[in-house]
Amino acid sequence: MESIILFAPLIGALICGFGWKLIGEQAACVIATSGLFLSAILSWIVFLTFDGATEQIEIMRWIQSGTLDTSWAIRMDRLTAIMLIVITTVSSLVHLYSFGYMAHDENFREGEVYKPRFFAYLSFFTFTMLMLVTADNLVQMFFGWEGVGVASYLLIGFYYRKPSANAAAIKAFVVNRVGDFGFLLGIFALFFLVDSINLSDIFAAAPEIAETQMTFLWREWNAAEVVAFLLFIGAMGKSAQLILHTWLPDAMEGPTPVSALIHAATMVTAGVFLVCRMSPIMEFAPYATGFIVFLGAATAFFAATVGLVQNDIKRVIAYSTCSQLGYMFVAAGVGVYSVAMFHLLTHAFFKAMLFLGAGSVIHAMHHEQDMRNYGGLRKKIPYTFWAMMIGTLAITGVGIPLLYLGFPVGFAGFVSKDAIIESAYAATPMGFAFWALVISALFTSFYSWRLMFLTFYGTPRGDKHTHEHAHESPRTMLAPLAVLAVGAVFSGMVFYKPFFGSFESVEKFFGISGENYALMEPLGAAYAAGAAEGEGGDDHGSRVIGAPGDGAIFMAESNTVLDDAHHVPTWVKLSPFIAMVIGFATAWLFYIRNPSLPGKLAENQRPLYQFLLNKWYFDELYDAVFVRPARWLGSFLWKRGDGNVIDGGINGLAMGIIPFFTRLAGRAQSGFMFHYAFAMVLGIVLLITWFAIGGGAE
Amino acid sequence: MIQADLSIVLPEVILAVFAMAALMGAVYTGKDKTAPIVLWATSVVFVLLAAWIGLTGEGINTAFGGAFIDDAFSRFAKVTILLSAAAILILSQDFMTRHDLFRFEYPILVALAVVGMMMMVSAGDLMALYMGLELQSLSLYVVASLRRDSVRSTEAGLKYFVLGALSSGMLLYGASLVYGYAGTTLFSGIVTTATEGDVSLGLLFGLVFVIAGLAFKVSAAPFHMWTPDVYEGSPTPITAFFATAPKVAAMALFARVAHDAFGGAVSDWSQIVAFLSVASMFLGAVAAIGQRDIKRLMAYSSIAHMGFALMGLAAGTAEGVQAMLIYMAIYVVMNIGTFAFILSMERDGEPVTDIDSLQNYSKYQPGRALAMLVLMFSLAGIPPLVGFFGKFYVLKAAVDANMVWLAVAGVIASVIGAFYYLRIIYFMYFGEDRDALDSSMPLAGWAMLMGSATVMVVGVINLFGIEGLALVAAGALVN
Repeated sequence: MESIILFAPLIGALICGFGWKLIGEQAACVIATSGLFLSAILSWIVFLTFDGATEQIEIMRWIQSGTLDTSWAIRMDRLTAIMLIVITTVSSLVHLYSFGYMAHDENFREGEVYKPRFFAYLSFFTFTMLMLVTADNLVQMFFGWEGVGVASYLLIGFYYRKPSANAAAIKAFVVNRVGDFGFLLGIFALFFLVDSINLSDIFAAAPEIAETQMTFLWREWNAAEVVAFLLFIGAMGKSAQLILHTWLPDAMEGPTPVSALIHAATMVTAGVFLVCRMSPIMEFAPYATGFIVFLGAATAFFAATVGLVQNDIKRVIAYSTCSQLGYMFVAAGVGVYSVAMFHLLTHAFFKAMLFLGAGSVIHAMHHEQDMRNYGGLRKKIPYTFWAMMIGTLAITGVGIPLLYLGFPVGFAGFVSKDAIIESAYAATPMGFAFWALVISALFTSFYSWRLMFLTFYGTPRGDKHTHEHAHESPRTMLAPLAVLAVGAVFSGMVFYKPFFGSFESVEKFFGISGENYALMEPLGAAYAAGAAEGEGGDDHGSRVIGAPGDGAIFMAESNTVLDDAHHVPTWVKLSPFIAMVIGFATAWLFYIRNPSLPGKLAENQRPLYQFLLNKWYFDELYDAVFVRPARWLGSFLWKRGDGNVIDGGINGLAMGIIPFFTRLAGRAQSGFMFHYAFAMVLGIVLLITWFAIGGGAE
Repeated sequence: MIQADLSIVLPEVILAVFAMAALMGAVYTGKDKTAPIVLWATSVVFVLLAAWIGLTGEGINTAFGGAFIDDAFSRFAKVTILLSAAAILILSQDFMTRHDLFRFEYPILVALAVVGMMMMVSAGDLMALYMGLELQSLSLYVVASLRRDSVRSTEAGLKYFVLGALSSGMLLYGASLVYGYAGTTLFSGIVTTATEGDVSLGLLFGLVFVIAGLAFKVSAAPFHMWTPDVYEGSPTPITAFFATAPKVAAMALFARVAHDAFGGAVSDWSQIVAFLSVASMFLGAVAAIGQRDIKRLMAYSSIAHMGFALMGLAAGTAEGVQAMLIYMAIYVVMNIGTFAFILSMERDGEPVTDIDSLQNYSKYQPGRALAMLVLMFSLAGIPPLVGFFGKFYVLKAAVDANMVWLAVAGVIASVIGAFYYLRIIYFMYFGEDRDALDSSMPLAGWAMLMGSATVMVVGVINLFGIEGLALVAAGALVN
């Protein structure tokens, strides 16, 4: 079954991409989509019946070379199961959505066939993403890692006639390469230390690695720290964390379904997944995880500030994604991997929904993406409006604080984001991470509501003609929104217990304790138990510490953040809610009550506004520090090195020296016999002289 | 005793008797009208002899007191010589007929030349060597000027004869020096005298002169000067013959002398051979670039190829001899195919040899152009075609014998040489529109061209097993 999940998208991609001429455009797209739906259904079956015990399903022998011995296998554990449903669900919905969204595209000429290509890329992306999350060894994971990079490149540059799309695709690829380099070094380091790239071997050796010192960059380091840090660099690239984040906003050049699938729900969360997957190493690397927390919080804050002032609807959501990824990294960094996965899951639903909703708006507005040209769309596209509303309620974290019915009551984002903020407080009380996240929550609320108010409320702005022709999207685009809405509303509450309930439930869910926890039957029972336990469940004593690699994630005995998070002061639990309310109120004030305020503020705080609008000048900085010198070096090597030295040398040789000898040989071939005889005699004389003078004559 | 000796040289005797009988028969019957019959009979005899030698011969047999050696090495060379000679004869029939050149002496002279070649590769004595060499050479001088009414052809024959006489003189002078210092003309006797580090200067000079004589026969630089002129002047089928069988014979004889007679002084002659090799490779590559005449071009090409074959010999090991034999076998097959094509190059019934006339050839004859493309790539040594493996083996032999510089030089030369092969392909595929060449091509020529090209492609699988045969042959020579 797992193999079918894995390969159905690949087969769909191949048939769709190469066979559409035979079976027709529409049929090809349908086949790709049905492959995905098959995967999604099976994934849910697997997820619901999965009992938490790690399984390895070998597909084929892969590499055998010296001590490197590895199979191509599916590692089936809770992490994989979670990722499977996230990926296949969102992907299948995005496929469906694309039927409507991609129906007519002005970027292609009349009669040009582009849809099968698009669907094939989407399915191919899904396959590689599944490859990444099911990997049983690091090289396999790297294969998926690069595969999604390629798919992302292809899809960002899907509108290949747009120079900006091509540039964005290249930027995404190149920036990711920087992270990939770190990831690769991490793999090399692990192979060097453990002599194996299989995850099981690496996890088993984790405590040993923690005791090892290794030389890296002229210094001795703790091996676990080095490895964790290097792997995180890979994660930074893929998950667009600060320093390596610049590609994500530009990636919005791709079609909107792509943004929803790749740049919100799945690929960008690969970094979070990697950190959670490597939790047995991370647990032994306090400095590296400290860095993860810091960078995650900084990213959350940075992206939220930039999101405040962006005008392109997709860019706002892109920065929001970047910011939410920061949240996830904070959770992973402080050691509550389950919470990171929790937010990953809920975020996938509501962020995909926001993107698809934004796509629906863009579709309605004839590919207008500037929010300043929207306004008052609530009546024109009611279904989209409600979908976006649910998404916004979820991302801003609307819920009823302090009410606990066995689970907190609120939208998905409310539950998971609060869990992260509480964990951050539990790990670093009053620290940078906590405050950064709370303030980010405020900003998140502000820019999300700003988006809502600018788009759906107020008076129509911009091109009148466009507004008049604004129309609701077809059903293929609305149905996915409805499905995702269910997730955005309920996924937080439903999954609260297994992801964040208590040590016991989390350990059961992730298979650490060795006990089975199939979601299907005990879901009800677990909630009943949770409700009886009251808040958090004070069962610290019954905690089972698994060996690294026993379950899907590993939490060292000293890591009690999960439990501590339940015992934070009440004001901490309230803080994200308060932040949300402040954000909402400000947005309302700025964009409903008094729409002239934002302009005045921007005028007053010109430098700050410019600073944010220009994304903290990261692109300009990189341009000056990396791009220009690289370009200068490149053109130097090209024009001087290659052009003058190499081409010059080869051309000189090939067009100057060789022809000279050719002419010489031609002249020697005079046709006169005595010349020929003379040459022979000369040869003899030469050889005789050689022997008479040289060594042969002894 | 004499009976035993005769039974060992029986193939040579049969061929010689056949040649004389055919001569008599033709003279007393229809003269030139019998030419086709004589030609086919000769070819059949060649093939039968090749089959006989190849399939039944075994072990090492010597005759006439060691002057004649029949071993795996000579058998390998003889089979190659006989088969290539038969192929060239069959190829030439059509051309000879159409250009009114078809004399019955032609196949007979070829048969006699082949007797000489078989004698050469089996020589175990300086006198046997000379006898074989002269028999071959005299026959070749005559066929070179077969077209008596053409100035070019007679000039070619004359040049070949005079320079050949000069080289024979050098060879004889060297042989006399060797005899003087070794006291014997038998290879088995010389080898006991010329041992490593103990070669007298006189013997060494003798060796140099003998090698110079042999180098003339394989047209190694700087003893190559006759080659372009003779190749160009001779009728094309004769050129094709020059480029194949005699080269194999001369190269085999070279190896025979080097290893059988001077096997104890490898380091001495290997320097000379390495020098000849490098000089030939570079000269062949560089000089061919200036050629517009495809026959001259093939002359330089064969000089370069002999340089590569000599590289195998220069290694001085059994592996090197094996590589050399493989190289020669591949070279012969490629050349038969290429000349089959050149023979078909005609416009309005007149042969043309300018490579410009091939412009845009692929448009008119895509199949033949493709076959030529394969052969040219193979001659240039581009993988994965068989020609690459020929080069690969000799380079490997040189590297294994610690002559890395020689291998590097070979690679550089082959890069330079690739130019003129590729230029032919360029003309055929990307040239300008010109008058098309005649489209007719005799069946035999077509079959040889296509067969040769197919071999170049299919042979990559296992080289048709010649690797193993060459190994046995080399083992018989070097031990």
